[in-house]
Amino acid sequence: MGVPRFWREIPNRYNLIGTRCGTCNKIFFPPRYICPSCRRTGKLEPYKLGGKGKIVSYTVTYVAPNGFEDQAPYVMAIIELDEGPKLTAQVTDCSPGQVRIGDRVEMVFRRMGQEGEDGPIYYGYKFRLA
Amino acid sequence: MRKVAVIGVGLTKFGELWDVSFRRMMLEAGGRAIEDAGIDGGRIDAMYVGNMSAGQFIRQEHIASLIADHAGLIPVPCTRVEAACASGGLAFRQAVIAVASGIHDIVVAAGIEKMTDVLAEQATEALATAADQEWEAYVGATFPGVYALMARRHMYEFGTTEEQLARVAVKNHHNACFNPCAQYQTEITVEDVLNSSPVCSPLRLLDCSPITDGAACAILAPADLARKITDTQILVAGVGQASDTISLHDRQTLTGLPATTKAAEIAYKMAEVGVRDIDLAEVHDCFTISEIMAIEDLGFCKKGEGGKLTEQGETAIGGSIPVNTSGGLKGKGHPVGATGVAQVVEVVQQLRGEAGKRQVDGAEIGLTHNVGGSGGTVVVHVLRRGG
Repeated sequence: MGVPRFWREIPNRYNLIGTRCGTCNKIFFPPRYICPSCRRTGKLEPYKLGGKGKIVSYTVTYVAPNGFEDQAPYVMAIIELDEGPKLTAQVTDCSPGQVRIGDRVEMVFRRMGQEGEDGPIYYGYKFRLA
Repeated sequence: MRKVAVIGVGLTKFGELWDVSFRRMMLEAGGRAIEDAGIDGGRIDAMYVGNMSAGQFIRQEHIASLIADHAGLIPVPCTRVEAACASGGLAFRQAVIAVASGIHDIVVAAGIEKMTDVLAEQATEALATAADQEWEAYVGATFPGVYALMARRHMYEFGTTEEQLARVAVKNHHNACFNPCAQYQTEITVEDVLNSSPVCSPLRLLDCSPITDGAACAILAPADLARKITDTQILVAGVGQASDTISLHDRQTLTGLPATTKAAEIAYKMAEVGVRDIDLAEVHDCFTISEIMAIEDLGFCKKGEGGKLTEQGETAIGGSIPVNTSGGLKGKGHPVGATGVAQVVEVVQQLRGEAGKRQVDGAEIGLTHNVGGSGGTVVVHVLRRGG
């Protein structure tokens, strides 16, 4: 993939910036640009999330995709943020057996992967047990 | 709206078909369907082909033209339909709509995927594009991983066990032993599944459907015309389709696919049947947990009781609701774009009483359930034996 694909999402991925509908106050992360409830009457604006939440489900990934092989086995989880939205993220800085549903987690900034030998290194959010 | 019937079906062998090219696979399935229908191919007036990703798997796009061309059917319109693993089911639905509307009479619904021309890891990467690339794949989620998240939560909320998951694979391998087109005609045991290597916990290698080459084809006609062509009429009684979020994390529930429930509700209503009228179902068991969730979401049992229903043998041939008599995606194989049409092929053969050792006695109404991605697209069909 070209650099722009990583670059344009930097604010959202580095700082956990989603969107909020000014009409119904619902918060979205990953960001949405149309509120599914308010649609054209919705007014979406950037909204920074606090980065704290809890684990709703998790899996230990043994067979990793390209670019993630050196990290396996690693924990992937669906995390419900305190503001409401849910996201998918790695749970890092722990052993795979440590994670349980309901555990509190907080966001950390991490290197995610690299596109081949010469491609861009890309960064984003992971979570660790709080 | 006209009533629609299936007048012919055909399948290739499913498996690693290294000696057969994409175009020859399609011709083989199509040829069998034409022969089964007993019509001249020249009567075909439209084609819909389900295919997830020929671009990634064989570096060939524009397969609609390729297929019309090599089938010798120029200038018949051919349209490719894509919805990841639900591509075949959606192609069938488009063909039904085309016939029902009166725009076309004899219409082909086909599905095809050639997955073994690339390495297994490349195939896995291609399949992962059914998930949200920006917010699931980017952070390291894999496709089995997304279903593993559902499995873990299902176990947490309902006490579903790894052994119950394994029983889905064992049953489907058993059924596949009686299907000459199936990729795996071998029995496996619960221990085999539980001892297979972990992929994404709690899912292991034998919880996952394989990478498969295969093509499937069904030929549709208006019911009044079908009556003149075929002895046993198989009617498309109901079709239902629903969309959901592409990412699993954006849903209220992780323990079922809301799009399955919605699509089934539409299909049951159109077919004027209730869930108790269904004699057999081909459901989308891309992973063992998928079948457990499907039988719950389709209404065969209460939410959370799919593991128990499987354990009790109710979904086996001879049980109260036989599921995946063909061997399912797990045993028969899962050439993603072909799967939705292959499900129709199995149900048609069952309703005609032509399923041999896997025949469900007296089957009159059958259902197919085809899922794209982690449930972002679901299509359900109800087929019925006509008079």
